[in-house]
Amino acid sequence: MSRPDTARHAGERHGVGHASVYIVLTALALVYIFPFLIQVANSFKTDEEATNAGLALWSANWTTAAYKTLFANSDFGLWTMNSLIVTVLVTTGRVFFVSLAGYSLARLRFPGRQGVYLMLVAVMSVPGVVLLIPKFLVIKSLGIYDSYPGMILPLLVDAAGVFIMKNFFESIPVAVEEAARIDGAGTFRTFWSIVLPMSRPALMTIIILSFQGSWNELNHFIVSTQSPALTTLTKGVASLASGQLSAGNQFPIKLAAAALMTIPVAIIFFVFQKRIMNASGGAVKE
Amino acid sequence: MATTPGLERTETSAPTPRSHHARLNRQQAGAGWLFVLPMVVVLGIFLFLPVVMAAWVSVADWTGRGAPWGSNVSFVGGTNYAQVLGGQGLAGRDFGTSIRNNLYYVILVVPLQTALSLTLAFLVNKRALKGKGFYRTAFYFPSVTSSVAITVLWLFLFSASGAINAFLGLFAITGPNWFQDPRGIIHLILGGGDGPAALQQPVLFGISTWEWLAGPSVAMCAFILMAIFTTSGTFMLLFLAALQAIGEETEEAAMVDGANAWQRFRYVPLPMLRPTVFTVLTLGTIGTWQVFDQIYTGTRGGPAKTTLTPAYLSYDAAFVSQDWGRGAAIAFVLFGIIVIFTIIQRLVLGTGGIDRTTRRELRSARLIAQASIQAKGGGDVQA
Repeated sequence: MSRPDTARHAGERHGVGHASVYIVLTALALVYIFPFLIQVANSFKTDEEATNAGLALWSANWTTAAYKTLFANSDFGLWTMNSLIVTVLVTTGRVFFVSLAGYSLARLRFPGRQGVYLMLVAVMSVPGVVLLIPKFLVIKSLGIYDSYPGMILPLLVDAAGVFIMKNFFESIPVAVEEAARIDGAGTFRTFWSIVLPMSRPALMTIIILSFQGSWNELNHFIVSTQSPALTTLTKGVASLASGQLSAGNQFPIKLAAAALMTIPVAIIFFVFQKRIMNASGGAVKE
Repeated sequence: MATTPGLERTETSAPTPRSHHARLNRQQAGAGWLFVLPMVVVLGIFLFLPVVMAAWVSVADWTGRGAPWGSNVSFVGGTNYAQVLGGQGLAGRDFGTSIRNNLYYVILVVPLQTALSLTLAFLVNKRALKGKGFYRTAFYFPSVTSSVAITVLWLFLFSASGAINAFLGLFAITGPNWFQDPRGIIHLILGGGDGPAALQQPVLFGISTWEWLAGPSVAMCAFILMAIFTTSGTFMLLFLAALQAIGEETEEAAMVDGANAWQRFRYVPLPMLRPTVFTVLTLGTIGTWQVFDQIYTGTRGGPAKTTLTPAYLSYDAAFVSQDWGRGAAIAFVLFGIIVIFTIIQRLVLGTGGIDRTTRRELRSARLIAQASIQAKGGGDVQA
C-alpha cells in the first residue's frame, strides 16, 4: 500500500526539483557568460562610455576605434606572430616527444626504466613558480636567453602529457603490436604506423592542451626574453594592462586586446568541445 | 624469465629461437632509451639542473653579474634564508605580508572552488537535463582563457565605476574601488581602526597579530573571485568524470527508496567521491600557493602590498631588485610550504595511495585537469 505512495511523492519532488534546477543553472550560466559579453561590448565603446556605463551591453555609438588604436599604436601584430610561432613549434614538438616517451614507459623494457619513471614523478612534484629564477639561470648560461630556442626548448616536454600518453597506451590491447613485431617490424615502425594511428583521441587531447598551454604561457616568457621583438601576446597584453599606452584608463583597447587573444583558444575549444567536455578526454581506449 | 606485462609476452607465448629473443631484447632496450631520451634531456636541462643551480644561488651572494658559479660569488650559508624568514627589515616584512595575503587566498579559494565545482557537476550530471551541453560549456569556458586576458577583464569589471559596482548600485549598494582598496575585510567587519595596542607587536615574520588578522584586502577578494570563476569549470569536469564512473544507478536506486535530495547526496556519491575531492583539494592548494600571472598583470602587489604573493615577491626580488639570493630563497621556502600543506592535507584527509585504486579513466581525467590548469598559464599545478 505504502509503496506506490512513496513512489508518487518522490516523483512530485522530482518535478519541482527539476524546475528549480533549471532556474539555478540558468542563473549560474548567466554569471559565467556575462563577463565575456561585457568584454566584447565594451571593446566597441568609447573610453568614456566604457568607464561610465560598463554594465550596458548596448551602445548608441558603436566604434571600432579601440581596435584601430590597438593595431596602430602597439605591436599587437608582432605579438600575435610570436605567440603563433611558439605555439605551433611547441605543440608539434610536444606531441611527438611526449608520445614517444609515453610509449617507451608503457611498453618497452629497458634498463633504467624505473629510474626514468621516478625522475618523471619527482619532476612533476616541483611547483612551476619555483622554477622561474632557476630557468632563467640555465637559459642564460646556455646562451639562449632572449631567443626563440630559449622560449621554445624548455616547453617541449611536459610531464603530465607523458603520463597521459602512457596511461592511454597501457589501455590499448598489446596483441596488435605483438603481431606486427612477429612480422618483423622494428620498434619505431610499430610505434609510428600501428600504435600512433590508434591513438588519435589521446593525441588530440595532447594537441589541445599543448596549444592552450603555450598560447596562454606567460611566466616562462617573462624570464626567457626581454627584447620587444620577442614579446608574445600574453606578455604584450600584460604590459598594456599596466598602462603602457598611457592617457586615461583605455579600457576599450585593453578589452579588445584581451578579446582578440582569446579567439584562437576559443576556436579550439568550440571545435573540440565534445572531446574536452568528456572529462577523460578520450585519453583512455574504450 | 619475462613475466612482466608488455611486449615480453611475445617471448613466453611465441616459440621463437633464443638468439632471436636476445636480439629483440637488445633492440627494445635501445629503442626504449632512444624514445625517452628527448624527454630526459629536456627535463634534465630545464627542470633538474635549474633546481640545483637555484639551490646554489639561494645560499650564495650572486648579484646577477657574470655566471652564478664564478670566482667572485661566494657561499653565504643561510644568510638569504635568514633575511627572508627572520622578519627583520623590509625584506622580512614583505615576505610575512606575502604569506599572510596568500594564506587567506588559499583558505578562501580552495574550499569555495571545490564546493562550487562539485555543485556544478551534480547539477549538470542529471541524465534527463536538457541543454546539458550548453551549461557545461558556459561553466568551462573561463577555464580555457589565459589568466592575462581574464585579469584584464577583471580590472575592468571591478573598476570604481565598473560593471560590478554598477550592478551593486541597482540594489543601492555603493561598491568599493576594488583594486585600489587595501583594507582587510576582517578589519572592515571589525569596524576598522588601528586595533588594540596589545596586538601591535610583530609575532611572526615581522607581522603583528593585528595585521595577520586583517583578512584578505578588498583587492585580494577580487582576485579570489577570479580564481573561483576560472577554475570551477576544470574541477567540475573532474567531478563529472568521477560521477560518471560511479554511475547514476546507485543514485537512482536511492531515489526509489525514498531518500530525499540531501540524503541522496550525502550518503550515496559523496563517500565514493572522496578520492576526487582529495585530488581537487590537493591540486587547488598547490595551484593557489603559486599565484603569479594575475598579480604580474594586474596589481604588481599593490595596493599597499596587499596582493603581494610569495611567487611574485620571489620574481620581484630577483628580476627587479637584482637580489637573486633572496629571490631563490623565497622560491625554496614556497616550495617547502607547498610540500607541508600537501602533507597536512594527506594526514587530515587520510587518502594516501588513491592512485593505485582509482580507475584508469579517472587517472586520465585527473592528469588532464592538472594539465589544463597549467595550460591557463596561471602557475603550473603539479601533484
